[in-house]
Amino acid sequence: MAFQDNIRDIFKKELNGIRDDGIFKAERIICAPQSSEIEVEFPAGSGKKNVINMCANNYLGLSSHPDVIKAAHQGLDHRGYGMSSVRFICGTQDIHKELEGKLTKFLGTEDTILFPSCMDANAGVFEAILSDEDIMIADRLVHASIVDGMRLCKAQRDTYKHSNMVHLEEKLKLHQKARLKVIITDGSFSMDGDLAKLDKIVELAEKYGAMVFLDDSHASGFIGKTGRGTQEYCDVVGKIDIITTTLGKALGGASGGCVSGRKEIVELCRQKARPYLFSNTIPPVVVSGAIKVLDIISKTTERRDKLEKNTIFWRKSLTEAGFIIKDGETPIVPVMLFNAKLSQDIAKDLYDDGIYAVGFFFPVVPKGQARIRTQLSAAHDIFHLEKALDAFVKAGKKYDILGKSKKEIIERYGD
Amino acid sequence: MAFGKAQKFYAETLANIKNDGLLKEERFIHSSQAADIKVEYPEGDAPQNAINMCANNYLGLSSHPDVVAAAHAGLDRRGYGMSSVRSICGTQDIHRELEEKLSKFLGMEKTILFSSCMDANAAVFDSLLDNQDAIIADKLIHASLIDGIRLCKAERLIYDHSDMAVLEERLKASQKKRFRMIVTDGVFSMDGDLAKLDEICNLAEKYDAMVLVDDSHATGFTGKTGRGTHEHFGVMGRVDIITTTLGKALGGASGGCISASAEIVDLLRQRARTYVFSNSLPPVIVSAANKVMDIIASTTERHDKLEELTTYFRKEMTAAGFDVVPGFHPIVPIMLYNAKLSQDIARDLFYEGVYVIGFFYPVVPKGQARIRTQISAAHSMDHIKKAIAAFTKVGEKYKILGKTKTEVIDMYGE
Amino acid sequence: MSDIKNAILDYIKNEYLEEEDEDDIDFDTPLISGGIVDSFSMVSLKVFLEVTYKIQLPDSKATPEAFDSVNNIYELLNEFNVQ
Repeated sequence: MAFQDNIRDIFKKELNGIRDDGIFKAERIICAPQSSEIEVEFPAGSGKKNVINMCANNYLGLSSHPDVIKAAHQGLDHRGYGMSSVRFICGTQDIHKELEGKLTKFLGTEDTILFPSCMDANAGVFEAILSDEDIMIADRLVHASIVDGMRLCKAQRDTYKHSNMVHLEEKLKLHQKARLKVIITDGSFSMDGDLAKLDKIVELAEKYGAMVFLDDSHASGFIGKTGRGTQEYCDVVGKIDIITTTLGKALGGASGGCVSGRKEIVELCRQKARPYLFSNTIPPVVVSGAIKVLDIISKTTERRDKLEKNTIFWRKSLTEAGFIIKDGETPIVPVMLFNAKLSQDIAKDLYDDGIYAVGFFFPVVPKGQARIRTQLSAAHDIFHLEKALDAFVKAGKKYDILGKSKKEIIERYGD
Repeated sequence: MAFGKAQKFYAETLANIKNDGLLKEERFIHSSQAADIKVEYPEGDAPQNAINMCANNYLGLSSHPDVVAAAHAGLDRRGYGMSSVRSICGTQDIHRELEEKLSKFLGMEKTILFSSCMDANAAVFDSLLDNQDAIIADKLIHASLIDGIRLCKAERLIYDHSDMAVLEERLKASQKKRFRMIVTDGVFSMDGDLAKLDEICNLAEKYDAMVLVDDSHATGFTGKTGRGTHEHFGVMGRVDIITTTLGKALGGASGGCISASAEIVDLLRQRARTYVFSNSLPPVIVSAANKVMDIIASTTERHDKLEELTTYFRKEMTAAGFDVVPGFHPIVPIMLYNAKLSQDIARDLFYEGVYVIGFFYPVVPKGQARIRTQISAAHSMDHIKKAIAAFTKVGEKYKILGKTKTEVIDMYGE
Repeated sequence: MSDIKNAILDYIKNEYLEEEDEDDIDFDTPLISGGIVDSFSMVSLKVFLEVTYKIQLPDSKATPEAFDSVNNIYELLNEFNVQ
């Protein structure tokens, strides 16, 4: 141990720098299950406050759904709490195989392999299936975990402008000679809530002999008519070679992710993906809850339909009130404020009025693109959204931004 | 998508793995994790009862009734999942409680939870060190530490396994760096041997380096009260960073953590990519883990039982004529040297009702194939005696009892 | 010399900027630290340099600092005898 004062001071200085830059992440302590209404202690040590939650990835409202909790209870009794093992030693239960089968069926693929998280799936999949003779061509706005996974892989890397199909085609031409080519995209981009042009991407992939990789974490369960994800929305089910997605958002929100797609790719991941080989199996209690989630969403579209209704109501209400929101159809609804400080001030006012939403600014989003990202849930009822709207309008009036253009807001608050 | 060409390539790659005898097959377990499990193997066969000798369930807490009860209660009080990362809306009161309990148990200032110890190891180096620094790592550290080190820009130096003289040379050679960090497992998972933490701490202090220990195969049961390798060597408070897992002895579900000084933990909360971008640990898991911490902090009963069973198993297996890697850890490798022999014996043991795994190259060095047995406090003395009897029967069949390494290699090859 | 610099500048305009912003950058404009190119999409620039000038840039050389302006990139190319 030589954690001397000099080392301590260096780390302290770095922390102060993060605080001075205004990007220090302070955690709010929630004293309740995840839901549309939660009890929050913030700042730590202060009294508890009831707020409407507008920032969870609990799109389908299944994170604390009674049927899911009940299934988890039963799973605990039948298959226990933990497995204390990786999959291939003694960590694979019948229920793991069952869940993989249900995901395969739901996603319309050939086979599925579970990972501890979608982050782990993205970290492991590229290295397992590609080498230095191959090329990965990624949308510039793919999630950070994909960026990490690509860095761990020896294949060549290139990027194309966000959702720009002309640029993607140029890159496919440029790398025509590579052995294997993979186009890499998110299905739904988490900061803007826009969807990838998967139909076009598949078309280009077929033209240039490339595979398609899709991270559908912000879509699985609720995008598309029956919730199969971006691939259903774009009518390309069965044509995506590699889908990664998460159980940690709409699908119960506990933990776990997967790679689903061509059976050879899934089998290679089982043999070679490091996070799969070296990390614990998903705990049986989580698997049991997830199986129930898949049963629910395979049987009825009730919850995704309610989410869609909530989303339409919320997008229309905000627009009519005079806010600038990013166009789209997903339950990720960014309210654009452009100025970083303004996004923080409004988030704070909203919180005081019992609405919990988070302001995002550079470097999480581009400079001058600060926003409050709201996320809808099937757990919300219309009265939650009406209350949230009142608070938004109140704040909008206070800062005099309603009906104002981007230019007007920037002139007043800076970018 | 244009999978035709890729499909052919992947099918060939898989065929090669199979031809090399390296294909990993999963066995389906039709029960909770325990001393007795029901295993379907090969796939499609009726599940068969077996004594499980290959789980990291060291304290037998993976399906312990008190832990399961706490999970039930947690589900009702704090729900199933959080659908969020920690910094947005994924931190509950119980997460804070668990971090505090871990700090107290490990004797460290602060603790930060991760989805797994693999995620903790993936992020710790890149978050704390850069190209002005050096990492000095034991040659046999766990794969997840190696991955984490690969993601970091610091200079990388390796020392021969547990060789303190080489470590000292590396420390001398890297004097000019801003920070040096010595990186080691507390217990090495393939051999079950312990890092010489007392000597490592002495050298660290002499040369002004930090010490990071991955104590995944030690937390909860190594040291007199189970605090880990640092307790065993009497160096609690002298290790700067401990990474460990909730996925082995501590309930075995999922989750890992980093325990360290306040500044390090605070900085990791801001920077560690696997923390910032990954879901919060599910409340049902956190609730049960809190109970696990209460159990192991209040009594050493399970730790003591594990020690008693381990001592007995090691003694009797050695007496039966097996080549057991000496030590006192509940990881007990039975050396067989030949890869095929390790697979044959594992299969025969399964038919005798004992579930173990044979490990061979590349998991262990060439010619070092073995069956790695792991003892658990969930085992009764009866389980251990049955396992010894099964081992002895199979050992007789292959005529390896009482044989030296050379004799076994002469019979079966390397 | 200015041919190479101009070629790089043109590439950056096409690859990273929208048309209305294209006049705003010159040889000294900070690219990475200025938020025009992020560390991830920087790989496109690396691929362009390698293909155009037939060199191999090891990751240790392709740092955010070395790529932070057209002038910096030009200096890096000089190390690889591109002139």
